[in-house]
Formats: sequence, C-alpha cells, structure tokens
Amino acid sequence: MEKEDDKSDRRKFLKLGALAGGVVLLGTAIGKAVSSGETKETGEKVKVLTTDGKVVEVNSSAISHPASNQPVHLPVREGISGKKFVRVIDLARCGNARKCIEGCQKSHNVIAPVEYIKVKKMQETEDSSPFWLPQMCFHCDNPPCTKVCPVDATFKRSDGIVAIDSDRCIGCRFCMAACPYSARVFNWGTTVQSKYTTDHQDTIPENYCPTPQIPVGTVSKCDFCPDRVSKGILPACVMSCPNGTIFHGDQNEDTVTNGEDTFRLSELLKNRGGYRLMEDLGTEPRVYYLPPVNRNFPFEEDSEKHNTEDYKII
Amino acid sequence: MNQEHQILTPELIEKQSIRREEMRADLLRPLDKLGMLGKLWIAFLLIIFLIGCYAYYLQLKHGLIETGLRDYASWGLYISTFVFLVAVSLVGALISSILRFTHFTWNRPIMRISEIVAVAGVIWAGLIIIIDMGRPDRVLNLFIHPRLQSPILWDVVVVSTYLVTSVLLLYLPLLPGIAFLRDRLVKIPKWQKWMYKFLSLGWNGTQEQWTILKRGIRLLAIIIIPLALSIHTVTSWLFAMTLRPGWDSTNFGPYFVAGAFLAGTAGVILAMYVFRKAYHLEKYITEVHFDNMGKLLVLLAFIYAYFNVNEYFVPYYKMKGAEAAVLNDLFSGNFAGLYWSAQIFGMFLPAVFLMFKKMRTPGFVTLIAVPVLIFAWVKRFLIVTPTLLHPYLPIQNVPESWKNYFPSWVEISIVSASFAGVLLIITIFSRFFPIISIWETLENEGIELEDLDKLKKENV
Repeated sequence: MEKEDDKSDRRKFLKLGALAGGVVLLGTAIGKAVSSGETKETGEKVKVLTTDGKVVEVNSSAISHPASNQPVHLPVREGISGKKFVRVIDLARCGNARKCIEGCQKSHNVIAPVEYIKVKKMQETEDSSPFWLPQMCFHCDNPPCTKVCPVDATFKRSDGIVAIDSDRCIGCRFCMAACPYSARVFNWGTTVQSKYTTDHQDTIPENYCPTPQIPVGTVSKCDFCPDRVSKGILPACVMSCPNGTIFHGDQNEDTVTNGEDTFRLSELLKNRGGYRLMEDLGTEPRVYYLPPVNRNFPFEEDSEKHNTEDYKII
Repeated sequence: MNQEHQILTPELIEKQSIRREEMRADLLRPLDKLGMLGKLWIAFLLIIFLIGCYAYYLQLKHGLIETGLRDYASWGLYISTFVFLVAVSLVGALISSILRFTHFTWNRPIMRISEIVAVAGVIWAGLIIIIDMGRPDRVLNLFIHPRLQSPILWDVVVVSTYLVTSVLLLYLPLLPGIAFLRDRLVKIPKWQKWMYKFLSLGWNGTQEQWTILKRGIRLLAIIIIPLALSIHTVTSWLFAMTLRPGWDSTNFGPYFVAGAFLAGTAGVILAMYVFRKAYHLEKYITEVHFDNMGKLLVLLAFIYAYFNVNEYFVPYYKMKGAEAAVLNDLFSGNFAGLYWSAQIFGMFLPAVFLMFKKMRTPGFVTLIAVPVLIFAWVKRFLIVTPTLLHPYLPIQNVPESWKNYFPSWVEISIVSASFAGVLLIITIFSRFFPIISIWETLENEGIELEDLDKLKKENV
C-alpha cells in the first residue's frame, strides 16, 4: 500500500514537473539534495529535469514540493483572488476507467458509497451511441442550491466555486432537493465511511482538500479542490484520469489543462463544440462538455456493478 | 350577531341563566374525572410517544443513517408528515375564522375543536422539521445566520407567526371559560387552581373586558386568514421553488391550500365524532353539524379535484420528457396503487357519497373522513418522494436500496409518535378546558353572556 502511494506520488510529481515547468522548484529541490546531507536516503532514484535541460537522477527523498508539505487551511468562505475556475470534460476521452472517482475519494478521505464525481452511462436517443459521462458539481453561476440555503452554509465564491461551510450546515438537505444534477451527497451518520474519514484526516498531506472531514449530518460535494489548486496541484480527479478526460483551469487565464495537454479555453470550446448540460434550466454551469465524437475508445458496456454496498453503521 | 336585540325581561333572564347553567354543567362533566377508557387512551398514546422518543434517541446517536433516506430520496416520511400536519392545521383558520365572517353561525360549537387541532398540528409540524434535520444541534443557526432569501426562512417566519396567532385565537375565547372554572371548581389540586387563576388573567366579565375580548378576537380572526394561506403556500414553495420535474409547477400554492382545507376538515370531523361520543355532547355537536361538515367536505373535494386536474393532467397531456418519468411512475408505475387510491378514496368517492343527504349522518360522515385523512397523508408522500427518485440525470452505480425508498422502523416510530403527540395535546387540553366555547355557542342562541354578566353585576 505504502509503496503504491510512493509510486503514485512520484508519477504525480513528474506530471506536475512537466505541466508547470517547475524549473525553480526543481532547482531548489536538487540544490537541497546536493548540498544537504541530512536527508535520509531511501535508495530510490528519480529522474528529474534540471534548469539547463539535463535529466539527472536524484534520491527520491530529496524531492519535495515545498507547498505540498503542509495542509493549508484556506478560508472556505473566500474565493482565491483573481481566479475563475472552470472545467472542460472531453467525452471523447472517457473510457469509464473510474479512476477519477478513486482519486477523488482518496483525496477527500471518503470511501464508497460516497462519490463526489460519478460516471454515468448516457444515451440521447435509441439510435445514437451511448457514451460515458463523468459528472460532478457544476459550480453553476446561477446556482439553485445556494439560493435555497436557509443559513448561508453554501454559497458562491468570487473564484466561481460553490462551496459549503460544513461547520454551519444544519442538514436540512434543501440544497440536495434543489440541485437538478443530483451533485450533492449527505453524510448520513456515524458509519464505517465517516470513521474512515476521521481516521485518515491527517494522512497524506499532498492529498489534502478543504473538507478533510465532512461532519456527520451535513451536506458535501465536489469542491473543485481549491487547496490543491492554490498550491499548484491539479484536482484529484484530473490527475487520476488515465485518459486525460478532465481539464481544469482558470477562465481569467483562458486556459484549461489535464496535466498533459493545455488548451486555450475559448478556442477549445469554439472548435470542439463545447456545451453545458441542460442549458435551458438557466443554471449557467462552470463545467463544459466536449461532445463524444472521434472517440479514443469504442463504447464498451460495463461488465461490473459498482458501488453496491450501502452504508454500515459502526 | 344577526339576532334581533331582545328586551331582557326577568323571565327571559331567568330562562337564559338556566340554559347557561345547563350548558356549563354539561361541559364540566367531562373535566370531572378520567374514565377507564380515557386512561387507556392516554396510556396508549404515551407508549407510542415513548417508542418514538427511543427511536429519535437512536437517530441522534447514529445520524439519519437510521432512516430509509439516502442521497436521492433525501426527503421522505418526515417531510411528508410535516406538509400533512401544516395542511391539517389550516382548518383552524377555515372553521373559526373564514366562517366567522359569513352569515353562518352553525360552526360556533366546533370552533374550539378546530382551533386546538390547528395548534396541535402546527406545533408538531415545527417539531418534525427539526427531527428531519441532520444537525438539530445547529437549529439556532436559523436565527444567528438567517438567509431571508430561503423559502425555509419564510416557512419559519410564517409557521411561528401562525402558531402564536392560533394559540391566541384558541386562548382569547377561552378566557370567560377559564374564569368560570377558576370560580366553580373547588375540589381540584392546588396547581390546577393556580393555573386557572393565572390563565384567566383576572377575567370577571366587565363590560370593558367583553369589548376588548370581542375586538381582539375579531382582529385575530382577520389576521389569521392571510397567515393560513401563507403557511401552506410557502410550504408548497419548498418544492415549487426548485427546478425538479414534478415540483416545478405554478399551480402548487393553490393546489396545496385546497388539499389542506380538505384534510383539515376531515380531521375536525373525526375529532367532533370522538368528543361527541366520549364527552356526551350530542346536544351541542348535533347531526346538523355533521350534515354541514359533510357538505363542506364535498365542496372542498371538488375544489381539490379541480386543482388535481390542473396539476397532473395538464402535464400528462404534454408528456414533457422529465415530467413524463414522474407522471408515469405515479399513473402506472411503482406508485400507481397509492396514487389512484389517494385520488379515488381520498377525494373522488367521498365527494360522491356525501352528495347524498342520507349519507350525511354523523357515523357515515366520520367513516368517510377517515380515508380522506389517511390518503391526504399518502398524497403528501406522493408529492415529496417520487420526484426525488426521478432526477434529470439517471441514478446509476448506487446501492440497490438507494433507488427506492422505504421508511425504516425508526422513521415510522417517530412519525407515529408525532401523531400521538398531536392527539396527546388535543386530549390533555380537553381534560382541562371545555372543548366547546360556552359563550360563543350561547351567543348563537341569542343569549349574550355579556348582558347576563352585566345584569349580575347590577343585581349585586
């Protein structure tokens, strides 16, 4: 288990390196590795790119993302200034690997049956081909959920995120009834699930997200991982997808990325026929879809049943 | 009111005083001692209530996981019962206020029954909404961080105002009665004497007190009409303010209000029948009352039917995608049995049967009121849950139990306890206070207690 974590950390790290250039950071990391003898040797070697373009091997323990070492407590009520988060989901790339779900669960310290992101089989008409639809909270610009909250426990932030103040939520579930996309989940009680969350709230700092522990009896959902993003780490689902289906980005920068490819948001939507779900409801989602044309995979029916176990009371 | 003013001759005063004493005696008798049947009834209600308390303890301990609710069907029995109890409580305004401003006076003896039904209903509606909350410990957030844009806040405001107004509308006409009990009952425990003394607010029937009382009641009776319409309209908005198929309806306000009057009237008929039998009030709650309530039920059932046609058949004609899924499930799917039973036994057949005069006997009207009441509750469930089980996006990859909703024993016990709670409030109230307003009933017979009190004072 630990080994696997190490590996995935490394993979994420490499992805990040490629994504952001990470030049300065790497320089520091290598400098640290070379100059300081205090770092424990793990014996594992990692290839990294130096500032002058050379690939060198260093000890894995020498590498750290300075920001990811400690969880930061971003105030949930304030948006990250200057940002306007947005997502594009390329339906042509989704192969129902369900890795986004796993990554999200791990990052938010939840286990099944809690899914902040769901992958659904959709078929528009009998004659058209079915496709897979990854779906999470759309962080709408005209959110029906925040409108109905009686205590301002869910609200729209300046960075576009629809967030939840878990310390204020009274658990009336009106927001769940109001959401036409069924994006919200409820923490129904002291279950094996909530015990897991409590037990793991301090583990794996890199996976830290603003809702490390959803209090029992409150509503929760996809939060667009603002903590990770503020530290320069892409949201968990984006990084976990093996096919690069989910693109996360900032509308102000007009860029979205899945960690490998980066696109200009406006052009991507224009050229690829971007659309939003149920536009006629007027909710103005911040999640766009690209139609499932020229697919990477042919549609394959899911042979397995997922998420079949209900909650268990401890 | 509309009686001609009579000249009070000594003979007439004598006659009226006798009549008053007779009525007082009739209404005092039930307060005297609790019969075996009464004891059993209260014990039965208490047991149900205590089972519910234990169930709620479990729910507080483990969370709402104890219910059958899950992420899709996130509202169920509790919210349905909330809507039902709010609905029933509307009758207080109908019987004791709307009819007060018509030229009818037959409703006088049943005004207090309908008012206590309203008060008990709205108290438990408020409680059950707290029971439904995931974090009842944070209920004060509604006052610390209120968001006035939320229909829940509107509901909190109107329901609490309606409760206060209903309690006052129950209490004010009761003042002369409490004062009478204070003066008349001697062989009662000290606390009870103290209670009557405290609650009578020093009433002694002066001309000034009567004037204030009547003016106050009239004012409250006016205020309560818009309030009653508001509480149920706002309750309907909890649903109609969302984008969900099945709830996204402009018809919801009047549809809810019409259904509420029907449910409440059935509730009052039931209460009338029980009080009439248990407290031997045949002289006051007469066959005329059941006949009239039967007619009222017919009228209300037809109004409700009209809104049902608009609510269900208009969208059914169009069969718009997402709406069609809910409607098909109601008309011919999983909920068809409940839906058609509710429409036929809760609305259609009662209206048809009670159109015939022969059917409008106390026994039969009550027999009809029972299914009307039960199916009114079922109907609230059919409004709440099927919509939640038919969201726009398909329900996939969830545990099988999430795709359906069946209430757990905890939910059923708590809801039963809330009904027991309603009945306990009504029962206990009727043990301590006359269930028929003496002065208002006598007023209807042309006897002004006000005048009698005045004459009594002059004679002394």
